Amino acid sequence: MKSFTYERVDTPAAATAAFARNAGARFIAGGTNLLDLMKLEIETPAHLIDVSRLGFDRIEATGDGGLRIGAMVRNTDLASDARVRRDYGLLSRALVAGASGQLRNKATTAGNLLQRTRCPYFYDTNQPCNKRKAGSGCAAIGGFSRLHAVVGASEACIATHPSDMAVAMQALDAAVETVDAAGKTRSIALADFYRAPGTTPHLETTLAPGELITAVTLPKPVGGIHIYHKVRDRASYAFALISVGAVVQPDGSGRVALGGVGYKPWRVKAADAELPRGAKAATAALLAGAKTSHENAYKLPLVERTLAGVLMQAKG
Amino acid sequence: MKFDTPATDNPIDRLKVVGKPTNRIDGPLKTSGTAPYAYERHDVVPNQAYGYVVGSAIAKGRISSMDLRAARAAPGVLAIVTAASAGKLGKGDFNTARLLGGPDIQHYHQAVALVVAESFEQARAAAALVRVQYTRAKGSYDLAKAMDGAVKPPPAFGTESDTRFGDFDSAFASAPVKLDARYTTPDHSHAMMEPHASIASWDGDKLTLWTSNQMIAWSVGDMAKTLGIPKENVRLVSPYIGGGFGGKLFIRSDAVLAALGAKAAGRPVKVALPRPLMTNNTTHRPATIQRIRLGATTDGKLTAIGHESWSGDLKGGGPETAVAQTRLLYAAPHRMTAMRLAVLDLPEGNAMRAPGEAPGLMALEIAIDEMAERLGMDPVAFRILNDTQVDPEKPERPFSQRRLNECLQFGSELFGWEDRNPEPGVTRDGRWLVGMGVAAAFRNNLAEKSAARVRLDRHGMVVVETDMTDIGTGSYTIIAQTAAEMLGIPLDQVDVRLGDSRFPVSAGSGGQWGANSSTAGVYAACVKLRTAVAEKLGLDPADAVFEKGKVRSGGKSVALAKAAADGEIVAEDFMEYGDLAQKFQQSTFGAHFAEVGVDAITGEIRVRRMLAVCAAGRILNPKAARSQVIGAMTMGAGAALMEELAVDKRFGFFVNHDLAGYEVPVHADIPHQEVVFLDEVDPTSSPMKAKGVGELGICGVAAAVANAVHHATGIRVRNYPVTLDKLLDKLPDVA
Repeated sequence: MKSFTYERVDTPAAATAAFARNAGARFIAGGTNLLDLMKLEIETPAHLIDVSRLGFDRIEATGDGGLRIGAMVRNTDLASDARVRRDYGLLSRALVAGASGQLRNKATTAGNLLQRTRCPYFYDTNQPCNKRKAGSGCAAIGGFSRLHAVVGASEACIATHPSDMAVAMQALDAAVETVDAAGKTRSIALADFYRAPGTTPHLETTLAPGELITAVTLPKPVGGIHIYHKVRDRASYAFALISVGAVVQPDGSGRVALGGVGYKPWRVKAADAELPRGAKAATAALLAGAKTSHENAYKLPLVERTLAGVLMQAKG
Repeated sequence: MKFDTPATDNPIDRLKVVGKPTNRIDGPLKTSGTAPYAYERHDVVPNQAYGYVVGSAIAKGRISSMDLRAARAAPGVLAIVTAASAGKLGKGDFNTARLLGGPDIQHYHQAVALVVAESFEQARAAAALVRVQYTRAKGSYDLAKAMDGAVKPPPAFGTESDTRFGDFDSAFASAPVKLDARYTTPDHSHAMMEPHASIASWDGDKLTLWTSNQMIAWSVGDMAKTLGIPKENVRLVSPYIGGGFGGKLFIRSDAVLAALGAKAAGRPVKVALPRPLMTNNTTHRPATIQRIRLGATTDGKLTAIGHESWSGDLKGGGPETAVAQTRLLYAAPHRMTAMRLAVLDLPEGNAMRAPGEAPGLMALEIAIDEMAERLGMDPVAFRILNDTQVDPEKPERPFSQRRLNECLQFGSELFGWEDRNPEPGVTRDGRWLVGMGVAAAFRNNLAEKSAARVRLDRHGMVVVETDMTDIGTGSYTIIAQTAAEMLGIPLDQVDVRLGDSRFPVSAGSGGQWGANSSTAGVYAACVKLRTAVAEKLGLDPADAVFEKGKVRSGGKSVALAKAAADGEIVAEDFMEYGDLAQKFQQSTFGAHFAEVGVDAITGEIRVRRMLAVCAAGRILNPKAARSQVIGAMTMGAGAALMEELAVDKRFGFFVNHDLAGYEVPVHADIPHQEVVFLDEVDPTSSPMKAKGVGELGICGVAAAVANAVHHATGIRVRNYPVTLDKLLDKLPDVA
């Protein structure tokens, strides 16, 4: 770990100003991912700005009947919120499928969205990794790739995004609210939040440098049956091989998002439209253009089968 | 004391303390965080500095240059140790690769430097500033490709690489029912909780090492040899060990580098291996490729058993002895086994819990299940039919005890095996396909020379000293039970001190020999102490009875403490062994049963319940023994369903080298386990009449789970771990 300086701020303006003042600064909240990465010198911030006391720790109703989830709301609190459990069951289920109780007690909503890939080559600084060190190459391609992306990947990177929470949020049409150093706020649809790896896999989101997440908003509840099926070798405390998050309406229409298949929680509008026709049709739309290695080709049938199971479960 | 005739009645048989389910006497220390582990010994020596290991970035080749300037200039740095600065180093007898690499590199993450600094953080930060340039050499990393060039290895630990008995080739060729199948087991990591850790301190030319090590005497010898100093100048202290599983049988880089770092810095240095370094820096259980051929008559009698295994290791290393148990487990008149060893440039392979048997039975016990299926026989009945009460390769040599059939029969009853529909793939519980599997557990008993010293003081307290280790197994407790039984005192009057090379040399913890061997050593010392006590009290040692804190003889009864009224009485002895282990095959047996659910849609596999029935001689402490078996069953479930070190065959290293990547079971994976011990004593093993259970518990577990998956789905997976991607294309179609 490289030496760093630390400050705690109590307003968003102070946070963004501190970022502007300090080269190589990073915001820190729960630290459940960032600290691990710093110990391995995968992240080497010169300055940490602790944003955990900005008051973004509430879950509030929005004017249009949705929810605004403060950026610092802990995963445990979000999963157990009565409104979330009642109206956004998919989100609650996805959250408790992730990490462990201890980690969920520390991890925040914004931090969960910003957690970095668990690609083992990313974690080993002896290995080339374009995400860790731009232009150094990708050791995962042609290497141990059982857990890697099958859609949206590039010649430069086949890493997946590891979040369960984000899969639910993608299916629920969440948006990310931010503020920048000039005090300007904006709302970014989660669908537009993550950048495809292309030739620049080290650039992961559309946030500008120093732009701070203040909340995640959910539109008003859509009803339906909410199911999150996370598939993994170990029964708990493991990242998804793949996961399926779906909201299914009584008429068979609905929406679906996938985890463990790409650089972001994977949702394809055309696939939602295919849902009434069943898992095969929806999966074909979801995974169109998929590229697999010998080791991760199983993810294609696994997605289709898991989605079929989810649809069967939704029918009851 | 020499044990060369089967044991008769002795004070242990009273079973007032021994044989009782007894809480671990080190339990409160462990659960309250006050058992001092090696890295936490802040109090033993002042002024400790911190060392951080730099591991090689390549698997094979040479360091072309090392630039230490930035690291040396970093805050707090006291010293940097490299092969260039360390002077000539030897290599321990139990190490294959050197523990400090350079300029030649033998495997990935081989230590190439130790940076010593005032604080851990400074040492870690400076270690990242060590700049190393390498020249890569081509290496061999793929066992499947290297197996054709594999050679017959020399005998290791008395295990011949090849055996033949009868005429296997003809018998197999002419057998009416046959199996010829290939199985693979992957590399496994010990993944113990406590990393390898050491604090080293020099006093002149004398080294003290507080460390985490299973085998004190071996490791004193290897430290001395590596550093080129006399054994007498090395003291090792290892009273508490946070798991070893064979990964701490030998000294590793933390120990050697702490010693070298302390010398270079001129003050004590502590080193722990960081988790991401452990997998490739230390040892692992090597992967195997196994071919098993079985021939049987149509009524289910095995006529031919052939088992071949290929494994790899660094040059100078040894094979994974995966065929050893096959020489003894089932009867058949015609048999062959063979092991072949390939050179691989992956990290060093070595012992992990039940080395040989664990991967061997992973394969053999699937093969037996497959054969039963071909014969249309129940797999329990098939095993029972092919039992042998003698060493099949030396029929004049009986087993001392062999109650495998009872384990299987009793286990069947307890587990509800009768209710199992023999047809695979048809038992359902909602969307779950449900299956039951069985496998035999088998592991030899090894009795090793072991010494102890016992001291009686004027308060009647007894101190036991031996360099035996407690790796979480319960050694402290069974040794205390043994001394208490022998001297007729309650458990809390015994103080057990372990893991210090100043104490008499014990068998150590390995090969499941620790329990029986170390307590037998304590038994020998206690026999000597009893004689000294009786003589001191003017009693006849021959008929003295030690009971309730008193010694009785010839109508007299005197308090035990009285013998030490004018000074401590000390007795030291060891137990060594004659040829009973040659006359009798001493082994431990068990039957593992597992029920699994397989999600018919996703292929997810979850264990629902497990049972082990074990016959392993006298169980010294049923509570600790049960914990051992439960832990081993859990490890076996991991081997069945998730554990695999993923090899990067291009760069030559284990990729998933942390606990996020190398998955071991969590609580949610293990809902229900039951362990039963058959009442048994083995008078040929030692006066304790005990054997071991720590490794027996893992033997066969993975196969029982794999067989249950087959029973649930009808899908036979012969390549471990049994993961859902190996099932998906054969599961029923989903609408």
